[in-house]
Amino acid sequence: MPFDMELEAVLRPPQIPMPPYPPKVIILANGKKMVIRQAVREDVPAILKSVHPCLFIERDYYDIVSARLYGELLAWYRYRVKSEYCLLGQVDGYLVGIVNGRLVDEKIGMSYHTLAIDRGLRIGSHLFAAKMEYHMDYMKQDEVLVVAESPIGFRRWMIEYPLEPTKIPHELGGGDSYRLTREIYDLAKPRLVVGERPVSKKLMEEAEKEIKFADDDTIRERIAGLKGR
Amino acid sequence: MRDVAIIGVGMIPFGRRDEDTLMDMLAYASLKALDDAGLGDKSVDAVYVANMGGGMLQHQSAIASSLVDRLSLLPAAAETIENGPASGASAIKTGLLAVASGYYDTVLVVGGEKMREVTGWRATDFVATMTHPQAEYPYGITLPGMAGMFTRLYMEKYGVTREHLLAISLKNQENGTRNPYAHVEMALDREGIYDSPDAVVNNPVSADPLHLYDLCPVSDGAAAVVLCPLEMAKKFTTKTPIVIAGFGQATDTHTLAERDDPTDLKAVSLAAQKAFAMAKLKPADIDVAELHDAFTILEIAESEHVGFFKKGEGGKAAVKGETKLGGKIPINLSGGLKARGHPVGATGVAQVVDIVWQLRHELPKDRQVKDAKTGLTINFGGFGNNVLCFILRRAA
Repeated sequence: MPFDMELEAVLRPPQIPMPPYPPKVIILANGKKMVIRQAVREDVPAILKSVHPCLFIERDYYDIVSARLYGELLAWYRYRVKSEYCLLGQVDGYLVGIVNGRLVDEKIGMSYHTLAIDRGLRIGSHLFAAKMEYHMDYMKQDEVLVVAESPIGFRRWMIEYPLEPTKIPHELGGGDSYRLTREIYDLAKPRLVVGERPVSKKLMEEAEKEIKFADDDTIRERIAGLKGR
Repeated sequence: MRDVAIIGVGMIPFGRRDEDTLMDMLAYASLKALDDAGLGDKSVDAVYVANMGGGMLQHQSAIASSLVDRLSLLPAAAETIENGPASGASAIKTGLLAVASGYYDTVLVVGGEKMREVTGWRATDFVATMTHPQAEYPYGITLPGMAGMFTRLYMEKYGVTREHLLAISLKNQENGTRNPYAHVEMALDREGIYDSPDAVVNNPVSADPLHLYDLCPVSDGAAAVVLCPLEMAKKFTTKTPIVIAGFGQATDTHTLAERDDPTDLKAVSLAAQKAFAMAKLKPADIDVAELHDAFTILEIAESEHVGFFKKGEGGKAAVKGETKLGGKIPINLSGGLKARGHPVGATGVAQVVDIVWQLRHELPKDRQVKDAKTGLTINFGGFGNNVLCFILRRAA
């Protein structure tokens, strides 16, 4: 489709410069190594292939989270969202989890979504923690606004950190935002933010070479549990 | 009194079964056991249903009455048995006594629970309702909390270490990967849950000194057995009957604080002693055991209290591999509560089902104790205040 670049310049939101998120590696409970790294815009089509089967899983609000994440990633890919970023979790090259968020301004971050494609390994917790690490340690923000769609998310973010309730609306809608402040982050960091840097060349090359994704049935099985459990 | 045999068993995969109601699960497990017993198109004299939380979690009572109708087993006698997490073994005991006495010839016992319908903390609260209503519950005690305190005391008195607890976690989750009925079919890695800095997130403290992977999951599931007099077993099935050679039950104080020594699980020792006396066997005669490892410490403590190991030796034995397949006394080859899961009303029945499969020699090689002839179960109610032990024997 041809672009009217003059109009496009109006439609594209301005972007706040973001420093890169330095990749790290985490050993999971099953001994596998998960590389967490920042996605680039060109990764989006491959990421969406893993998100797509999750659109049809009602369990634990995967359908809502996936549908919204799909739209957010598409908006980032096609320049329709301001200052969005996306971090990926990969094991053996396979995409096992995705988190994203954006900057409201230089000092305030807005957490979007956390999607764990492999479950039972606290992948969501690790990725959410990486997202908070990015906002606080690398982008040096003062606070991040967070909401949860699922009870699991509420337990993992609002209770485990614990986040501070506010009356500030979140742009995803739903309940009012909770807030991660620097003080909360510094207290939570030793027990929730882990990982080793730098990532070995071998692991990094494997992750960057290709975003592998399992077939739809396998993804559904991983999320809904083995044999529907 | 007549010798009583188990002639049919059935189980459905444990886990999170969103699509099934409690009654669905009870019915599926029952039908499997009835088919296994050769009673597919026949009725039974009585049905005992083990369930702890139907009233609280599903707002449903008179579950046994509902089940006999659903299974077209009318006009069989029917009762629901509630005895906390020991409901399953209590229901089997009730069936055993009914058949042994000569009053009934065929009895179906089924245990089931649907716990994943509620959030984890509500499930924890539901289980905590078995604590003392004035002396414990109002102060916020939970079963993991009790287990944490018990573990700390056991560590101080008997030298149990986190290495010992870890050995149980790793073994039982590994066993779970070989059990198609297990809720958790994921092997754990020592580095991932213990040795690496990342373990602080992967395996966080749940109730100090217990960590996440020291606890069983919250599960849905059901299991069933069919009992009849040993002398009638051949009338129904060609499968090897498994005899309930011994059973014992004992109770202890409701509150842990009232026990002279909270690390002494008297009810476990007494229940096991009674079962061994009835079966005319001793701990060294047992080929395989299913113990109630709702927390890793309990497998260690129970293995000592039933007499497999001396006090303070259970954890060391686990580290040495003596409780693995091929070891001195294989324990929880099903994965135990730790990996098979712990739908509270189903657990005591599921333990017996797994031992029956062992004694019939029906399991795959990687889970089957070679030539197993005797097996033992411990179903642990409350925090050891109501315990049942069964000793099963392969019929000659």
